Amino acid sequence: MIVQPVLVVAAALFSLGIYGILVRRNAVMVLLSIELILNSVNINFIMFDTMLADTLMQGQIFTIFIITIAAAEVGIGLAIVLMLFRNRQTANINEFDLMKW
Amino acid sequence: MEIFEIVTYFILLALLSTAIRVVTTSNVIHAAISLVFTLALTAILFLILSTEFVALVLVLVYIGAVIVLFLFGIMITRAPLGKNAELDNDKNKKLGAAISGAIFLLFSYILINGFNGNVTITSGSSTELLGEILLTRFIFPFELVSFVLLAALIGGITLARKDEALIDEDQV
Repeated sequence: MIVQPVLVVAAALFSLGIYGILVRRNAVMVLLSIELILNSVNINFIMFDTMLADTLMQGQIFTIFIITIAAAEVGIGLAIVLMLFRNRQTANINEFDLMKW
Repeated sequence: MEIFEIVTYFILLALLSTAIRVVTTSNVIHAAISLVFTLALTAILFLILSTEFVALVLVLVYIGAVIVLFLFGIMITRAPLGKNAELDNDKNKKLGAAISGAIFLLFSYILINGFNGNVTITSGSSTELLGEILLTRFIFPFELVSFVLLAALIGGITLARKDEALIDEDQV
């Protein structure tokens, strides 16, 4: 199996995630786009792990670590969004301008 | 091996279309459900690449836990269910498309030119070896990650719960 199509699709997922972060207005949707980016990185890691046939399996191990960190990140991110929603009654990212100069 | 390639191309196409749907749909629930399909197709791709343990972890952690958390987040923040024209920031659409398109072209140029190889799909399990490596060579990062998860758990609870003492102070 040729590796390049999988890598290109992973790059496409990454750029779609960037597009979602830039365009979406709802904070939860931005977190969804971040998950898309992390997923594309996972695909890259697994593809290179299979391609290089590493004896230490570092691609798979890093993917497991990334999945764990992503779960923690979603928990913290949603807690922050929830607190902002409680204070401002909105999840719209344009309204969170407290730290904007 | 020929059938594997055809199946892989179909999965990649479906992966792309569901990912596009995640970022373009104007319905928040549809975006979350499309992300479920994207992750499920990713798990199938991992199974084809003979990394079955990672595929199962992806299904368990992402589809089982993270998506449920997202649906809770969508419903608690009272995002308007159904079609919502206000979901996208129309001012940023052209700029976002230009930036992400540039990133895609750059990455695919580098990846196509830099890596040219063939993968031979092997049958057989690698999970036993993976567990052995994870608990010997990578034991320190493994324990560190468990500590990070504990910290995230405590931080999430502290952030999300109502602080009664603070509310009392405001009223006084």
